Amino acid sequence: MSKAEPLRLHVPEPTGRPGCATDFSYLRLSPAGAVRRPEVDVAPMETRDLAYALVSVLDPEGNAVGPWVPEIDIEVVRKGLRAMMKTRIFDSRMLMAQRQKKMSFYMQSLGEEAIGTAQALALNVDDMCFPTYRQQSILVVRDYPMVDMICQLMSNERDPLKGRQLPVMYSVKKAGFFSISGNLATQYIQAVGWGMASAIKGDTKIASAWIGDGATAEADFDTALTFAHVYRAPVILNVVNNQWAISTFQAIAGGEDTTFAARGVGCGIASLRVDGNDFLAVYAASRWAADRARRNLGPCLIEWVTYRAGPHSTSDDPSKYRPSDDWSHFPLGDPIARLKQYLIKVGAWSEQEHEETQKRLEAEVLTAQKEAEQYGTMASGHTFSPAEMFDGIYKELPEHLRVQRQQLGI
Amino acid sequence: MTMIQALRSAMDVMMEKDDNVVVFGQDVGYFGGVFRCTEGLQKKYGKSRVFDTPISEGGIVGVAIGMGAYGLRPCLEIQFADYIYPAYDQIVSEAARLRFRSAGDFTAPITIRTPCGGGIYGGQTHSQSPEAVFAHVCGLRTVMPSNPYDAKGLLISSIENDDPVIFLEPKRLYNGPFDGHHDKPVVPWSQNPLGEVPEGYYTVPLDKAAIFRPGKQLTVLAYGTMVWVCEAAARETGIDAEIIDLRSLWPLDLETIVESVKKTGRCVVVHEATRTCGFGAELVSLVQEHCFYHLEAPIERVTGWDTPYPHAQEWAYFPGPARVGAAFKRTVEA
Repeated sequence: MSKAEPLRLHVPEPTGRPGCATDFSYLRLSPAGAVRRPEVDVAPMETRDLAYALVSVLDPEGNAVGPWVPEIDIEVVRKGLRAMMKTRIFDSRMLMAQRQKKMSFYMQSLGEEAIGTAQALALNVDDMCFPTYRQQSILVVRDYPMVDMICQLMSNERDPLKGRQLPVMYSVKKAGFFSISGNLATQYIQAVGWGMASAIKGDTKIASAWIGDGATAEADFDTALTFAHVYRAPVILNVVNNQWAISTFQAIAGGEDTTFAARGVGCGIASLRVDGNDFLAVYAASRWAADRARRNLGPCLIEWVTYRAGPHSTSDDPSKYRPSDDWSHFPLGDPIARLKQYLIKVGAWSEQEHEETQKRLEAEVLTAQKEAEQYGTMASGHTFSPAEMFDGIYKELPEHLRVQRQQLGI
Repeated sequence: MTMIQALRSAMDVMMEKDDNVVVFGQDVGYFGGVFRCTEGLQKKYGKSRVFDTPISEGGIVGVAIGMGAYGLRPCLEIQFADYIYPAYDQIVSEAARLRFRSAGDFTAPITIRTPCGGGIYGGQTHSQSPEAVFAHVCGLRTVMPSNPYDAKGLLISSIENDDPVIFLEPKRLYNGPFDGHHDKPVVPWSQNPLGEVPEGYYTVPLDKAAIFRPGKQLTVLAYGTMVWVCEAAARETGIDAEIIDLRSLWPLDLETIVESVKKTGRCVVVHEATRTCGFGAELVSLVQEHCFYHLEAPIERVTGWDTPYPHAQEWAYFPGPARVGAAFKRTVEA
């Protein structure tokens, strides 16, 4: 007979629940500048150490240090800071509009603004991003009109998606922003296919795939890694590890005692783990990955370590599952505050400019909102005609849908 | 040509005609497919146009959608329709909805070829007919040929179509027509007029049914292998059945169906798939709705039983000419 102890099921728990502090020591951090920067043609297996370390550039005093300091025009950095600020202002304004019932739903990206912004700046505008619902910063930095974003959010008469989609599920082909789906992870493998298509046609465009920590548990995540590796697809596989999937801590997604970057190495993909709240590190790593992809050297997986500072969505109350002051203890801080500190330090920004920019952007967002509201809101009931729901299901309207539209009396 | 050769010819024609057509799937490249449908294509068009994939149905369809968004026209293969389910999320949530949800910003002009149907001792996972789970999804086109001529023409139409198409190929018909008499030798397509297939480009329109056998006594709605079984049943019972081969399951050719049932006043629906919530239920419902005052008998359904597809009990499961013929008789005598 076996003398074995009874088996026990292990169910991971976050250290911090409401009323107690999170112990962030699980994060596996590295000091700024401490992690090496390999050549872009590095063999995937030679990135193992990088997948368990953390690339960062900005030190706690706001100095840019180490081998990952990017070559970047200071004007681009200033543009990045403005885009991050604009994204945050936009988010808070739209949150308010949701509370005022001008739209049914909203999702902020509070604390994650650096990732989409800096990667978009490291890519070309015709490189296609396959975003989740939390990469609005890509649209903002690519200067997609805020009015059009708000019209989508309000499902009004000028909604580019004709009222068919839940708010935040933007689609903007001309800004290299693929149609967002509610189904998690599906776009990850599609991005690989887009990159493969670019390679099939001998093009020079690359794809940028996006997924959250929680959604890495979906099958399409693994599928995307396999296909990207097999066909050496020109794609950047971004994993935004914001520690939370709604109420679920990243350990339940499979993050306990490992990293998401390590999954890439396991699949034969060069992988980096990067400070997601460090604009310069995000830009540098994204440029590195883009160069690698564009030079036919294959895909790259990047885990961005960040923190979901806001509620999951307007339907969520995080105080029910995590400490309310969690973000203030997150060791990687606030991406906007950190970049601001850096820019001031190098003499390319000031408190005064920051304040003025803040005010100007607030006014800009408010003006855009007012303009968008002229075309209606969910509250005002000015939305697209119900006839629109029968269109565009097929290229041509089939007979059965013509009949159904008629039955609706339109 | 056999149906296999006809399908291969369709892909060959389309790859020649349009640089954006790419063909891929499990064992599709070097080996030419487990059913030989893509034999020689990789050699002719190169590995960047015809290639093998990992065993991942969700991945195969997922990359096709991304390629479609880029501007390619992928024609991909799922080895057996029984294995399409891992790709169901990509098909239903993505391919079918992409045009609608993006208001035409992105589209998915992809064709998903997959061998389906039983009658080959395929057991549970090499015999299924999952057409109803696709016909139910708005935004998809579901197509099934019953002979080599239609197979080539419909596949060319499907690849050219800008909507996502589920192209179901009855593997029982790959090498010759099959009327359900499993005890008799298979007659090859070379001895059937529908095996005469032009070499070059031609199309068979989608959304258009074919009157496979004109008749006066009752209307039979069928597709795939069942078209041949129904013809045998008509021959053996002496009933003058009008057999309509739907070809496009959804969207379908309602006009041809309604015209026929109004003429005959009787209707039998036949498919291999299981009965409950099968595609036959939609057909029965449409006929009832559009032909109620012309019906002289209840609409009958002959289908597979509501069981997983068995192995040893193949011919008790498969709706053969005897079961179909009995339904013809009941309907005509009612």
